[in-house]
Amino acid sequence: MARLIVLGGGVSGHTTATFAKKWLGNDHEVVVVTPNANWNWIPSNIWVGVGQMKKEDVVFPLAPVYAKAGIDYRQALAVSIHPDGKDGSDKPYVTIKYTGQGKEGESEEVEYDYIVNATGPKLNFDATPGLGDGNGQMGPHTVSVCTADHAAHAHSELMNIFEKAKSGDRQKILVGTGHGMCTCQGAAFEYIFNIEHEAKKAGVRDNIDIKWISNESFLGDFGMGGLHMKVGGYVVSSKLFAESLYSERNVPWIIGAHVNKVEEGKVHYELLDGTMGEEEFDFAMLIPPFSGVGLKAYDKAGEDITSKVFNPAGFMKVDGDYNPKPYEEWKAADWPRTYQNPDYSNMFAAGIAFAPPHIISKPMKSVNGTPINPTPPRTGMPSGIIGKAVAHSVVDLIKHGDNAKLHEASMAEMGAACVASAGKGIFDGQAAAMTVYPVVPDFEKYPGTGRDTDYTFGEIGLAGHWIKHILHHLFIYKAKLKPGWTLIPE
Amino acid sequence: MADTKAKEEELNFTKEQFSLTMIPGKFARFLRNCVIFQFIRFIIINVKMIIVVQKSH
Repeated sequence: MARLIVLGGGVSGHTTATFAKKWLGNDHEVVVVTPNANWNWIPSNIWVGVGQMKKEDVVFPLAPVYAKAGIDYRQALAVSIHPDGKDGSDKPYVTIKYTGQGKEGESEEVEYDYIVNATGPKLNFDATPGLGDGNGQMGPHTVSVCTADHAAHAHSELMNIFEKAKSGDRQKILVGTGHGMCTCQGAAFEYIFNIEHEAKKAGVRDNIDIKWISNESFLGDFGMGGLHMKVGGYVVSSKLFAESLYSERNVPWIIGAHVNKVEEGKVHYELLDGTMGEEEFDFAMLIPPFSGVGLKAYDKAGEDITSKVFNPAGFMKVDGDYNPKPYEEWKAADWPRTYQNPDYSNMFAAGIAFAPPHIISKPMKSVNGTPINPTPPRTGMPSGIIGKAVAHSVVDLIKHGDNAKLHEASMAEMGAACVASAGKGIFDGQAAAMTVYPVVPDFEKYPGTGRDTDYTFGEIGLAGHWIKHILHHLFIYKAKLKPGWTLIPE
Repeated sequence: MADTKAKEEELNFTKEQFSLTMIPGKFARFLRNCVIFQFIRFIIINVKMIIVVQKSH
């Protein structure tokens, strides 16, 4: 009997674990190690952040789902990986520290035959002074929508702002990224338009100034270097598409900004041209930068091999081309295909936890030398697809031996669908529905835009709204492993 | 006194940052919330998304 350990129970880890268990059956063991008690459909956190959904609508407990699936669930934090085993044993293992199940604080060594690192990111609030509290958590000056709890808190703060605006006190809202190296601009993008929509509905829009701040060098970069899409018979840049959305809604922007300090009611930032600025706010939702979760790795002798297994940001090295090269030489082929660690063939990474070979957007630095560019998005659909491909590979390795062919899921050959809502009503509000194919542009295959413009498109309207509703229910249904769950694609 | 013919969508062009982009007019905004038109778009977007999903696996 082989044992697969999956670190993480988010979109990628949950997909890996559930498919692996389904395909392996009871002949082999699947263990999930995650510090969280709940699964969270993160895209709908936006609706929690404006009070259109409750936290309970976007989360559900993992324990009963894993019990039903026959997955061994350990509510614990992965601390270190020991891929060579230890003195007296060649069996690789991972050390974990429980955060629940009545064993809080207890440590344990769990041996494995295969391991998939799908921990997701650490929300690195402390990378920006004042954005964090100095202990790794969100600071007191801003809010976030990265977790369901954060989003519920953001909603309560937002309601205070609406109340003040109603009473005639002019308010200023700032939304965007809280550091020069953030990703997930899409979440902030969706949140700002939901706030704008709710402010209109509440009749307070005229008394609220809403502003965007981000590390993108142009609006619509989205961490993918922007995209060209078919709109109204034209192929247009996402810059025009995004600028139109902001202009229509009277939302001005600050772009190419590295937020370098946050204090009560004020952010300080540096722009690409080297100038420094300040922006005041009454309410700010700033996405933190992501880093690896801080997993360590040790060899058999107990020597620290973290830098061999992980990149400096803490993401696991896989089969990407990590040789540094100038932007002009970046290729689609640099991106990993199997997500297998090059040194340990029984170790994989999926979702945000894998180390990208480089960013996707054109690298930018301010004239002072500060890097200001979005890091690559690896959430949602790519996370799920990678998780499933990795599960497939591990299952084949277990069933057919070390020579089994690994399954591939390169981000340069996969697309992504993104629906950014503004409002939640069935007949009011709108959403920008976008698809991009592939996520990582391939200028050899698609000279010009780097992408297939037959499948890279975007449009705004109620239709996208309905799709967002359907996706919410569909993916929670799938994650709960209800009948027919395998038929729902990632 | 000259007549003013203000169009709602054009007012934001007076702000310098918005002046070089495009802002939808009345008809485009109508289509975004027209249930019949959006139902057709819903079908088309879904088909396109399914193709993207299939190509990605």
